[in-house]
Amino acid sequence: MKLTLSWLRDHLETTATLTEITDALTDLGLEVEEVVDPATKLSAFTIARIEHAEPHPDADRLRVLRVATNEGEKQVVCGAPNAQAGLVGVLARPGDYVPGIDTTLGIGKIRGVESHGMMASERELELSDEHNGIIELPSGQVGQRFVDWLAENAPEKIDPMIHIKITPNRPDALGVRGIARDLAARGLGTLKPLTVEPVAGGFDSPVRVTIAPDAAERAPYFAGRLIRGVTNGPSPDWLQQRLKAIGLRPISALVDITNFFTYDLNRPLHVFDAGKVQGDLVVRSAAEGESLHALDDRTYALRPGDLVIADANGPESLAGIMGGEASGVTEGTTDVFLESAYWQPIGIAATGRALKINSDARYRFERGVDPAFTRPGLELATRLILDLCGGEASHVVEAGAVPDTGRAYRLDPERTQSLVGMDIPEAEQRATLEALGFRLEGDMAHVPSWRPDVQGEADLVEEIARIASLSRLKGQPLPRPRAGVPLPVLTPLQRRESAARRMAAALGYNECVTYSFIDQPSAALFGGGSDAVRIENPISSEMTHLRPDLLPGLLAAAARNQARGFADLALFEVGPVFTGGEPGEQAVQLSGLLVGASAARDPFGSRRAVDLYDAKADAEAILNAIGAPARAQIDRRVDGWWHPGRAGNIALGPNRLATYGEVHPRILKAMDVKGPAVAFTVHIANVPLPKVKTPTRPALTISDLQAVERDFAFVVDAKVEALAIANAAQGADKALIESVRVFDQFTGEKAEAQMGAGKKSVAITARLQPRDRTLTDKDIEAVAAKIVEKVGKATGGTLRT
Amino acid sequence: MTDTDTLRSTWLSRVADAADAPALEEVRLAALGKKGEISGLMKELGRMTPEERQTRGAALNRLRDEIDTALRARRSAMEDAALDARLKSEWLDVTLPGRPRPSGTIHPVSQVMDEVTAIFADMGFSVAEGPQVESDWYNFDALNIPPEHPARQEHDTFFMARAEGDTRPPHVLRTHTSPVQIRAMEAMGAPIRIICPGRVYRMDMDQTHTPMFHQVEGLAIGKGISMANLKWTLEEFCRAFFEVDQVELRFRASHFPFTEPSAEVDIRCDWSGGQLKIGQGESWLEILGSGMVHPRVLEAGGIDPAEWQGFAFGMGIDRIAMLKYGIPDLRAFFESDLRWLRHYGFAAGDVPSVSGGLSR
Repeated sequence: MKLTLSWLRDHLETTATLTEITDALTDLGLEVEEVVDPATKLSAFTIARIEHAEPHPDADRLRVLRVATNEGEKQVVCGAPNAQAGLVGVLARPGDYVPGIDTTLGIGKIRGVESHGMMASERELELSDEHNGIIELPSGQVGQRFVDWLAENAPEKIDPMIHIKITPNRPDALGVRGIARDLAARGLGTLKPLTVEPVAGGFDSPVRVTIAPDAAERAPYFAGRLIRGVTNGPSPDWLQQRLKAIGLRPISALVDITNFFTYDLNRPLHVFDAGKVQGDLVVRSAAEGESLHALDDRTYALRPGDLVIADANGPESLAGIMGGEASGVTEGTTDVFLESAYWQPIGIAATGRALKINSDARYRFERGVDPAFTRPGLELATRLILDLCGGEASHVVEAGAVPDTGRAYRLDPERTQSLVGMDIPEAEQRATLEALGFRLEGDMAHVPSWRPDVQGEADLVEEIARIASLSRLKGQPLPRPRAGVPLPVLTPLQRRESAARRMAAALGYNECVTYSFIDQPSAALFGGGSDAVRIENPISSEMTHLRPDLLPGLLAAAARNQARGFADLALFEVGPVFTGGEPGEQAVQLSGLLVGASAARDPFGSRRAVDLYDAKADAEAILNAIGAPARAQIDRRVDGWWHPGRAGNIALGPNRLATYGEVHPRILKAMDVKGPAVAFTVHIANVPLPKVKTPTRPALTISDLQAVERDFAFVVDAKVEALAIANAAQGADKALIESVRVFDQFTGEKAEAQMGAGKKSVAITARLQPRDRTLTDKDIEAVAAKIVEKVGKATGGTLRT
Repeated sequence: MTDTDTLRSTWLSRVADAADAPALEEVRLAALGKKGEISGLMKELGRMTPEERQTRGAALNRLRDEIDTALRARRSAMEDAALDARLKSEWLDVTLPGRPRPSGTIHPVSQVMDEVTAIFADMGFSVAEGPQVESDWYNFDALNIPPEHPARQEHDTFFMARAEGDTRPPHVLRTHTSPVQIRAMEAMGAPIRIICPGRVYRMDMDQTHTPMFHQVEGLAIGKGISMANLKWTLEEFCRAFFEVDQVELRFRASHFPFTEPSAEVDIRCDWSGGQLKIGQGESWLEILGSGMVHPRVLEAGGIDPAEWQGFAFGMGIDRIAMLKYGIPDLRAFFESDLRWLRHYGFAAGDVPSVSGGLSR
């Protein structure tokens, strides 16, 4: 919403300065986005009089002037044809910034003659496009500031423009008068009275109006009248200047008048060229297949339900949004039908959105104009048309009735203070509401018809607090909910998410935050991309589906970094993935991705390609950090985006805690990542919480007896898993065998040459911890034999000899 | 000169003359070994009279100790010399790099969420979370934004596709974390103090907007909680978060459908020199929106507005991260450029706390 200071003063009697007004507006909730004050850029210039003018010795078209200024007489070189002795004009001095030529003046030498400034034209001062000569003022004292002269003699030329961001709840502030009312309530002046004198009609309107039953709900009230014999030329200067100042293009008197009321009183109007209207007007729902060529020169296909104002020819106007080209007024218009109607906001919003038409009228009607002002608006506009265009007005034709929006809410001054936490006396509260147009009856506040947003007691509180100014608010401590040390507030899952994140970073991964939506092909690679997770209105083709997994985002990040020349990467993300499109169909994952080598090249040969055991170690470290049980199973039933032979799950039965391994080569290719690439995903929520929560640890039992380690090497089939061997060995004597660890394996051609085709050897060490007596050689041999037996039974392995 | 004096000078000089450890060991055996000379003389003591034995024995004992001490000293000196010689040959280039240890980073969004959580936890706020795909009821209606309200249009909402025949209004990607407030009120009732951090989505992408960003909202409902308490809470938060001695906040009336009265909150700051200083200067920076929870929102959350009242506020996590840490471009937050992650990221061990401070 834009307005000018002088326009505001039409409604507000005030002595407040521009700054006081704009500060108050922002504080009131009418946030000032921009102020354009032409005076600011003119403040340096002063009035000067040319005392003497003579031709420049070396240039025919230039003159050398002696100019009287408040700093004495100055020599100025000037090329203007009207630079004559006696002219009173505007001087820009060396050091002044001249906006129209975007230059800061210096002392110049023009064809050998010094010039101490310049006499300015209107264009040079951005006052108009006039540049045929320098400014000639009819009055003014030498040395007087030019802006002061303008303020006195031509205030419209330095009328500051104020641009306000209006929140959707304040349709009343979409008219200058509504803004003035707020300022008056704040005490920045008084609201000038607005008198509406009905214009008596001289004849019956030949155009009559009805509202069809199917439109009655969305079109409660329509008022109009015909004005015949008008002359629709350009509007007068004052009106044009108003509209130009807020960025509107003057078109013709009739159109400018409707625009003026739209902004002045938030009263949108429409004018039909009555000569082009066939028969009577009817407000009705559009029929299937109808269209309208609107005033924006676009043709809109209408839907049943869109309200139109139609004549015998069909739709002539899209009700409350935009008129039609066919019945629009032109310079040749002599009879005009003036419409002032009230439209229900919801219908306007629906049609406007469906047809994608934005207009000042739609903007206002969908937020809510004052229904009670429909008829007064018509009268005021009639008066202005008669004044500016002449003609004769008909009687008013009406259809429907102004909807009753009367309602009242109880004002509870104590509740106001309790909510706001500010001392606002009851009298002030009542005065505020009355200044805003509320009518108080006892403790009931009747809402003015122009405030559709006020829908309850809380709205009264807001109005009172707003006018009182929230800048008066003083902070008051909010006591803690309980005395003493605050209780912990994170849920176990939140703590785990945080612990997992910190551990991943500690392991050397850089945390990424990637978008929750990805492109469909990538989503499909990871088991997603269905319509259930499709976004109806994506912002780009790269962001169409909710991600089923974190890896596509990390792989895309890896590809981008590789393109920038970073080959070795360790990236991770913690965040939601989506299994479906219903609320709650999401889970928190932590995924890590290792690409390239384990380290930079160094003198110790540390560098090697990352492999799945790196990913496994990191997954296990993170699981450990969030309290997963140390002993979990490993299975190979991994999803399709993992290498089928080089990936595994860490699981508790069917409950998958993590997956690790090589990313499927096809996925790497599709995502343009140069391998090797290994990854892991931890399903944080799947890790069971401890059944009993106690900080007490189980007692530590340490044996003083010496532990014994025994090594075994087994020859097994190449596809026998080491964990099967270790588990079998562990099971040989659960009391005595404290741990079993795999410490070597021998595979490949050399191994097969020694042990036979399809064979390998795996070496384990078993740590035996006696509890009650030192082990004898016999004891140890017995356990060893049992280990060999168990491993043999479980895996077919034999002791390597 | 007695024979012990002779013996002493003889053996001490042999100790001194021993060239290396084996030679020294030979000297030790010849003198003090079982068949050594001194040991032989000691054995003869048994045949002497008690008087002789006393003087002779004492003299021999002294001699043996002297030779032993000399032997040890000599051995120690030899070892020192040998070590010196070894150390002279043992030289490594200590300027070579250490063995590589990877170092990772925490994303600024996560770090700032931890900072915000630490501060509000101290004030008794717990952390609530909720779904990011939301029903339009939770995202809008429950927050007093009815279907045709212009505020709904201003949200630039992402809608989920609806299967044919599914006539429910489409779900949305939550446009704010406010629906979590409703869910938390439903679950926990009043009194309640929560913050709701998380991802939110709006259909907007330009220099300063990304279609996904992060918000944290706060909600405090109790008996008699007022806007003055809101102001204090936000002042305390800003002071602690920006790690300055004092802050000044300015409340400006505004409008949010879910609060009434509503206020935009500006913080006093100084931009001179191109660097933001909070708490001083002549500029104001809008940092958050807030207000008293609308009675209809309380009702939607199952809380009786006649009995309970309180405040809510919301701010952008990415935005306050940018302000605090001088990060220039929002879009870079989500691009995962390794150089950016390393430069603006935080160490794993830098866990913010109220006791230890938020940033290093």
